[in-house]
Amino acid sequence: MSIFWTIWISAITLTVIIGCAVLLRAANKNNTGVKEGDPMPHTFDGIQELNNPLPKWWVGLFWFTIVIALIYSFAFPSYTANWNGLLGWSSSEQSVKSKEESAKAAATSHSQYQREMNEAEIKYGEVFKKLVYTDADVYKDIELIAQDPEAVKVGQRLFLQNCAQCHGSDARGGKGFPNLTDNDWLYGGEALTIKETLMHGRNGVMVAWKDILGEDGVKEVATYVLQLSGRRVNDLDAQAGKERFVVCAACHGADGTGGQAFGAPNLTDKVWLYGGSRKAVEDTIRNGRNGVMPAWGEVLGEDKVHLISAFVYSLSNK
Amino acid sequence: MKHEFIEKNVGLLAIFIIIAISFGGLAQITPLIFQKETNEPVDTLRPYTALEMEGRDIYIREGCHVCHSQMIRPFRAETERYGHYSMAGEHVWEHPFLWGSKRTGPDLARVGGRYSDAWHEVHLLNPRDVVPQSNMPGFPWLATNLLTGEDTAAKLSIFKDHFSVPYTEDDIAGAKAAVEGKTEMQALIAYLQSLGHAFK
Repeated sequence: MSIFWTIWISAITLTVIIGCAVLLRAANKNNTGVKEGDPMPHTFDGIQELNNPLPKWWVGLFWFTIVIALIYSFAFPSYTANWNGLLGWSSSEQSVKSKEESAKAAATSHSQYQREMNEAEIKYGEVFKKLVYTDADVYKDIELIAQDPEAVKVGQRLFLQNCAQCHGSDARGGKGFPNLTDNDWLYGGEALTIKETLMHGRNGVMVAWKDILGEDGVKEVATYVLQLSGRRVNDLDAQAGKERFVVCAACHGADGTGGQAFGAPNLTDKVWLYGGSRKAVEDTIRNGRNGVMPAWGEVLGEDKVHLISAFVYSLSNK
Repeated sequence: MKHEFIEKNVGLLAIFIIIAISFGGLAQITPLIFQKETNEPVDTLRPYTALEMEGRDIYIREGCHVCHSQMIRPFRAETERYGHYSMAGEHVWEHPFLWGSKRTGPDLARVGGRYSDAWHEVHLLNPRDVVPQSNMPGFPWLATNLLTGEDTAAKLSIFKDHFSVPYTEDDIAGAKAAVEGKTEMQALIAYLQSLGHAFK
């Protein structure tokens, strides 16, 4: 901040404060030429005004605010952005230009925000660490954490805060958002795979087949897919669909049991991410699907992700 | 000037009050307008794309800012939930800014990337499909309203010429083609997904 603005702020602020003091002093003198307590030489609507002095408590209070204003303006950052006042107070690091700079500044910052964070770290940091880390300071196995009811409870809290919007507060998901309790996994249900999914997200793409298969093709493949999961269908259509299924097999496997490398669902079970009605299956084949799991590593940090992974793991590994 | 004259002249009294109050604004607000921290973008800030810009206008039109703030204050209670507190340098190209002043719904300053596009679509059509306890209204018309892109180039130009947002000539020339035929839903989702990108 340039010297000009420092002078600007100081001049206005001090002029106003000192001006108030001068005005108060002047107003406290009897300039009317009328003796204190005597009637003033005017009336308002027949009401006579007496020349009473300003109340002492009020004048005292005014002086008090003037003194406090001066003390406050020097104790806290007021006159220039280059000086944080006698108390060295700041709300947060506002001059950083990136998240990295912010993290660096946080290490030495004494801002009110950072002090609040540091206090919380002292209060909760150890407790949280015990849930996630071993004594040797490495991550506990997720399978192990999933056995710890205390840790699972904290993981559940984090899940409700960050994951329930899509997967539901009971983690049973919804249309397009996987159920996490049924032990049916698109990308794999091993502890570290779950964590990988949370950390870096997933992007499952099923392309639209309507142009390649044609409307008849879509219907036939849908029929075959329904047959795969045990539905009774028209055998002729299913047979035609089976012949066309070779293009689907690249991801879903020749037998339709899916492929976790691509997040391709198993089509032979009765779990449907986008619905198992004929219409829904046809829609999926016709227009494709794009199932995105956002990456949470950057947002939540690995510690919290590790704990949420344990909660999710616990849902299907009681 | 006699005290009695000021006291009996209401117009003059009003003028003096305005002058007295303006000292506060002059000392507190004017310096901020010229301060580096409030004028320089943070390192990774990028201008809104044409589609995001249209989405931003829909955000304003539908009054999203009435219930959603875009301002994470530097308190632990907020940063634990929403992410890094908001920086002045993230908002230097916002005209008007959309900080909001009321949170009926959650803060959206860093909502970008938190949910998938598909989630946003379901949620905007009928929020209760994914968040049962939500009291947010649905916005089903967004899915069917199409953008013409007629004014998009002009919008970008205004931001370039008057607010020195670094749009290139190519950005402006391609603005119409970038949004034409897209739904308002796509534009709004693109905008929401861009929020907070600079401090990810």
